[in-house]
Amino acid sequence: MFDISPTEWTAILLSLRVAVVATLVATPLGIGVAWLLARRDFWGKSVVDALTYLPLVLPPVVTGYLLLLTFGRRGLVGAWLADNLGIVFAFRWTGAALACGVMSFPLLVRPIRLSIEAIDRRLEQAAGTLGAAPWQVFTTVTLPLALPGVLAGMVLGFAKAIGEFGATITFVSNIPGETQTISSAIYSLIQTPDGDTAALRLVIVSIVIAMGALIASEWFARRAMQRLHGN
Amino acid sequence: MLRVDVSKQLGEFSIEASIASEGRVTGLFGASGAGKSSLINMIAGLLRPDRGTIVVDGETLDDSAARLHVPAHRRRIGYVFQDARLFPHLDVRQNLDYGRRMNRLADDAAQRARVTELLDIGNLLNRRPGQLSGGERQRVALGRALLAQPRLLLLDEPLGSLDEERKVEILPYLVRLRDEAGVPMVYVSHDADEMRRLATQIVMIRRGRVIAFGGAEVLPAANSPA
Repeated sequence: MFDISPTEWTAILLSLRVAVVATLVATPLGIGVAWLLARRDFWGKSVVDALTYLPLVLPPVVTGYLLLLTFGRRGLVGAWLADNLGIVFAFRWTGAALACGVMSFPLLVRPIRLSIEAIDRRLEQAAGTLGAAPWQVFTTVTLPLALPGVLAGMVLGFAKAIGEFGATITFVSNIPGETQTISSAIYSLIQTPDGDTAALRLVIVSIVIAMGALIASEWFARRAMQRLHGN
Repeated sequence: MLRVDVSKQLGEFSIEASIASEGRVTGLFGASGAGKSSLINMIAGLLRPDRGTIVVDGETLDDSAARLHVPAHRRRIGYVFQDARLFPHLDVRQNLDYGRRMNRLADDAAQRARVTELLDIGNLLNRRPGQLSGGERQRVALGRALLAQPRLLLLDEPLGSLDEERKVEILPYLVRLRDEAGVPMVYVSHDADEMRRLATQIVMIRRGRVIAFGGAEVLPAANSPA
């Protein structure tokens, strides 16, 4: 039962790689968007807000199809990237990472935004009167105080990325060794006769990863409270 | 030293004030809601006046006619808030050092020793703000503002959130600061006794307007409200 086969290992490792890359690339972007939404008023803010949370409410297959239209070989952005920079997303693990990054973005942004909103703006004002330029206020006050929220967002985003299925399989299909993540491997296995045991093994693996992520996220949230209260 | 001539509309409330002071400690005196805090927020650069000029030490910091508004972080004006506003993620030592780091000033151990001694905070350096009493917090906030080497120090009711006992504990430090630190101050309060103890010139504010200017004689008689 607990004998994980090489194909299953490939899917597990690919899932981890896809989720790690998606999270690391999405985090700086997520911090930027969270800060804009929490601290700035600008024209079109409600559009940025809606776009950020859109992947959460759209059917994943729709998001995946939109990604295929945009970043596929013949897609507007995809063709340009392939011709000019040699970056190809379609049917590659990089495409899986892109799909996971997009799908997990709302979950990544939300805790960061909440933790920035929870920071007393008067502390940022005080930093200004002590001579800190706006970018210094951000790096020395806002970001350190929001750090537990950033970590919580990363953990949630990572957990979402590792479990993503609909958008990924629509965009980059289900190719063993290239785009077959834990989720799509489970999907294939339960459609195969005698695949039940293997599917169950991968189910247990995903439960363990998800539980670990939730526990880590809780722990970071508690740290955030302590930090904000200055103990 | 300090010339302020500004107007600002804040909802229903308006401020129109003209102040010129050479005093070591200029006291802004008035009831709560008179517009004192808005006035010093304008001096600090946290609030932009609708119209008028602010000049400190001969340098124009605000001039609406010339569309000039120097941002707070370039004014070199220290600010001690009623609620201290220490950075909760930094210990006392790092809080005190913050202004020096941001302004890229050279490390000045003598100055640091002088300020920590003046305010009696040497034994608090390794604590976090959450582990300090209200009075200790306020002393650290004073030290933090001073060590950024401001040319003017604004104090907005620094004793306002403290009980009587704590006030008595902090007042002597403020007097020492006035006499020894050599930084001109603007001191905001609604307490006539604090004004008598500290201010060298007094500006009386009511409903956003300056109604009197002068020495301690402009203050209401002891124990009568502002």
